[in-house]
Amino acid sequence: MDKETLITQLREIVKPYAKNEEALLNINENTDFVNDLKINSANLVDVILDVEEQFNIVIDNESMERMLNVKSAIEIIEAKLGAQ
Amino acid sequence: MTGLGVAAPNGVGIPAFTEAIKAGISGIRHDPELAALQFSCQIAGRPDVPEILQLQYLDALELRNFNSNGILYGLIAGIDAWKDAQLPVGAELAPDWDSGTIFGAGSAGVDKLREAIYKVDALQVRRLGSTVVPQTMASGISAWLGGKLALANQVSTNSSACATGAESVLMAYERIRNGHAKRMLAGSTSDAGPYIWGGFDALKVCTFKHNDHPAAGSRPMSASASGFVPGSGAGALVLESLDSALERKAPIYAEVLGGHINAGAQRGDGSMTAPNSIAVQRCIREAIKAAGVEPEEIDAINGHLTATGKDALEVENWSTALGRRGKDFPYINALKCMIGHCLSASGSIELVAAILQLNEGFLFPNINCEDLHPDITAIIDPEKIPQQLVYKELNLIAKASFGFGDVNACVILKKYK
Repeated sequence: MDKETLITQLREIVKPYAKNEEALLNINENTDFVNDLKINSANLVDVILDVEEQFNIVIDNESMERMLNVKSAIEIIEAKLGAQ
Repeated sequence: MTGLGVAAPNGVGIPAFTEAIKAGISGIRHDPELAALQFSCQIAGRPDVPEILQLQYLDALELRNFNSNGILYGLIAGIDAWKDAQLPVGAELAPDWDSGTIFGAGSAGVDKLREAIYKVDALQVRRLGSTVVPQTMASGISAWLGGKLALANQVSTNSSACATGAESVLMAYERIRNGHAKRMLAGSTSDAGPYIWGGFDALKVCTFKHNDHPAAGSRPMSASASGFVPGSGAGALVLESLDSALERKAPIYAEVLGGHINAGAQRGDGSMTAPNSIAVQRCIREAIKAAGVEPEEIDAINGHLTATGKDALEVENWSTALGRRGKDFPYINALKCMIGHCLSASGSIELVAAILQLNEGFLFPNINCEDLHPDITAIIDPEKIPQQLVYKELNLIAKASFGFGDVNACVILKKYK
């Protein structure tokens, strides 16, 4: 799966939680979930659960801690998909 | 304050608890139940309450089908506090119209509720028997205490998440100050177990990095703090008017000078799960104003300090509110280093510790913060965070608790002379 497709899918996943619509429209590899999209930090766990469901993967605690932006999310998803 | 009681993970009863907090003894243990249920955080704090101890507070009939550990902890702390204040306990007592209780809880009898839900779903509602309601109603703990202690003034339960305990003290204080009661038992309790702690584990606010070394797991103010350790238990405090205490010749532990309760409305940096700093600072300042003292008079702070990423922000808020920093900052300690975060019980257990400090003149050690967080040492001098037991005469302690819902409570306590 290429990066653009991943980012498009991520955009759909974070859409219900993102408070900054402009940042959501311009989502890219450097987008931070909390600082740019203004997602409530408590909702990050919900984003991760939705990612798990969408890609049929399990994200471990250490990865969860790192998954604060699009870049790390892509890395983690790719790594998990690659490991399957 | 004329009576204290506690059921804490590192000590049940005031003598054991006092000894434990002075010695810096952790009550955090590996929790096989959480491990079996595959929690990320598999360490927790639960008070040790063997059946022989339970029988001192509940008779054999009451203990039959009893499955509400929060009510049990609350009864132990509450009845102990009442006895400590040299007030009578027992079924033969006439109603005491001048005494009541505000005893808080975050939830009630979750284990009992789970039992009941399974029975109801299995079409066995009639087999619930008589014990479900008193063990699962939100006001269960105050109702049980009211009966045991013949309380015939207001008997109620408050609930404001992790601010519950500090709020109960201020609600009781106001009732006495308004002349509606002579004595109030304040306090709060929290259930133990996976059904209480699961939601926090899922929120990823509990640490998962210390499953192999539980006693080092709760690390307030540390650079390696990685989330709180769930705890449970109860703390209880008898408040009464000075007239009533002097008339009864009751030993007085400390005075409540005043306090403040507010909320941040989940605005600014506040949310359901995070505090609005403006509200926190305002709460502290208003509490000091209500107590009629000056910020520079505060000798020590008993913080909320949970060991999540928010500890430095809390210290910053204290510093801004008091207008004090560096070497000029008061001493500060965090009981959660030894007992974890006892949630709705945290405020009351920590208040009991703060009052013991005032009464006996000591600062309990902050354990597990050998590696102080640099953001904290940038605000206050490390010597203000004692890591060893310090004997010291203290006059004023400020205690604050903050809870989900962006709610705050701050109490100012004074040594009684």
